[in-house]
Amino acid sequence: MNSILSSKWLKIPVFLLCLVPLGALGWRGLDGDLTANPIEFITHATGDWTLRFLLITLAVTPLRKTLGLPQLIRFRRMLGLFAFFYACLHFTTYIWLDKFFDLAEVWKDVALRRFITVGFAAFLLLIPLAITSTAGWIRRLGGRRWQLLHRLIYLSAVAGVVHYYWLVKSDHRMPLTYAGILGLLLAWRAGLWIFGKRKHSGAAAVPDQPTTAETG
Amino acid sequence: MLVLRKQELTNADVTPKRVYLNRRKFLARLALAGGALAVGRKLWNLARPASVLATTKLTGVVKGPFSTDEKQTPYNDVTHYNNFYEFGTGKEDPAVNARNFRTSPWTVSIEGEVKKPRKLEIQEILKLAPLEERIYRHRCVEAWSIVVPWIGYSFSALARLVEPTSAARYVAFETYYDPAQMPQAGYAGIPFPYVEGLRLDEAMHPLTLLCVGMYGETLPNQDGAPVRMVVPWKYGFKSIKSLVRIRFVKDQPPTTWNLASPREYGFYSNVNPNVDHPRWSQAKERRLGEFFKRPTLIFNGYTDQVAGLYSGMDLRKYY
Repeated sequence: MNSILSSKWLKIPVFLLCLVPLGALGWRGLDGDLTANPIEFITHATGDWTLRFLLITLAVTPLRKTLGLPQLIRFRRMLGLFAFFYACLHFTTYIWLDKFFDLAEVWKDVALRRFITVGFAAFLLLIPLAITSTAGWIRRLGGRRWQLLHRLIYLSAVAGVVHYYWLVKSDHRMPLTYAGILGLLLAWRAGLWIFGKRKHSGAAAVPDQPTTAETG
Repeated sequence: MLVLRKQELTNADVTPKRVYLNRRKFLARLALAGGALAVGRKLWNLARPASVLATTKLTGVVKGPFSTDEKQTPYNDVTHYNNFYEFGTGKEDPAVNARNFRTSPWTVSIEGEVKKPRKLEIQEILKLAPLEERIYRHRCVEAWSIVVPWIGYSFSALARLVEPTSAARYVAFETYYDPAQMPQAGYAGIPFPYVEGLRLDEAMHPLTLLCVGMYGETLPNQDGAPVRMVVPWKYGFKSIKSLVRIRFVKDQPPTTWNLASPREYGFYSNVNPNVDHPRWSQAKERRLGEFFKRPTLIFNGYTDQVAGLYSGMDLRKYY
C-alpha cells in the first residue's frame, strides 16, 4: 500500500478527484439545475466542500499513524490547499454573487452577524497557511515554528463548523455531524499529546526534528 | 526611421512532425472527451425520473382583486423550492418527500368562539365561494421572494359561515401532522403540529386568502395541499400549509417559529425591511429567477391595504 501511495503518479488522480465537486457544480450549472436559487446553492456547495476538505486534511495524520501509512503525508498539503481553494470560491460567491461588492454591506454583515464574523475569521486564518505551504516557507520558518503556525487549522476548522451551526435555522443534523467528526479528530490529537507526554517523561528530552515532509 | 527586417524561417523553426501529430491527437482526444461528456449529460438527464405532480385543473376561476402585474415566478421554482419542514428541511426535499402525501379525504374543523362550529370536507371548501385568482408577492423570512397566482377566496367568507362570537379576538391555525406520512419531521428541530395565528382583524382582512390552488390548478402537496392560508404582507411562514383546524380564540395563540426561537420570529412577522432578523438583513430580497437582489418593501408592498391594522403600534417591538 505504501508503495502505491509513494508513486509519483498518484498525485494526479487525487488532484483530479479533488476537482470533482467543482466539476459537479459546473455540470449542474450547464443543465440549469442549480435549484431555484442558484446563488444560495453555489454558496452552500462551496461551503460544504470547504468544511469537508478541512476535515479530510485533519484526518491525514490520524489515518497515517493508525493505519501505518506514513506516505499519506504526501497528499496533505494538496488537500489543505483544496480546502483553501473551496473557501476562496465560497468567499468569492458571497462577496460577488451575493453582495455584488457592496463592501459597506459586507462590513455590516461581518460586524453584526455572528455567523458571518466567525466564518470570515475561519477564512482569514487559512490565508497564512496557504501562503506558507511551500517547501521554501517551511525552510524559512523552521519546522517547529511552521508546525506551530499551521496549528491554526484547528482554530479555522472549529470556526468553520460554528459558522455552519449558527447559520442553520433549526435542523442541526449536518453541522453536528461535522462537529462530531472534528471533535474526534481533535480528541485523537489531544489523546496523543497527553499519552505522548507521559511516555516521554523521564526519558531524555529529544526535541522533535520534523523534516519538511514529515511535519505533522 | 524604423527598419523592419523580415525574419527568415529556417528548418530549425519547423515544428517536429512528432509534436505536430501529438497536437492533433491531443485536440482529437479533447473533442472526443467533450463529446462523451455531452452525450453522458444527455443520457443522465433522460434517465432521471421526471417529477409527477398530482394536481387537477380548477374551473370557473375568476380574476380577483389585489393582483400584481409583476412577472410570475416559474411554476417549477415554486414547486421545487419549498419550506415545508414536515417533509424535510432542504428546499428540494418537500417536492420529493410529499409526493405520496394523502390529501383526500380531507376535513377542516372550524371551532372555538363561534356560533356554528363546522367540519368541512375539502369539496365543500372548494364550493363555498367563487374561486378567484390572486397574483400575490410572497416574501420568505429567509430573504427570497416569489410571485404566485394563487387561487382561493378571502378567509372572511369562511369565517362568516361559522359566525365568530364577540369573544373571538384571534384565529389559530393548525397543519395536519402524521409522523407516519412525515418521517422527516422528527429531524426538523421545530415542534409539530405546525401552528400559526392571526389577529381577528388580520384574518378578516380581504387580502387574507384561504387558498386551494395555484397556476390554474389545485395545490401541489409541497405547496400546502389541499388548502392553506396566504397572508401576503407577512413572512411566508405565517401562510400556514395543509390546514386541518381553525380555532377562533380569545387570547393570542402560540405560533411554531415563535416557540422555536422567540427572539427571531415574532407573532406579527410583518414584512419589514427596517427590522432585521438577528442573523441577517431583511433590507433586500432575491426574487427567484432574478440575479440581483431587490429592495424589500414594507408590508411587502401592501401598505395601502394593511398599514391601518397597525396604526400606533411600534413595529420594532411587535416584529
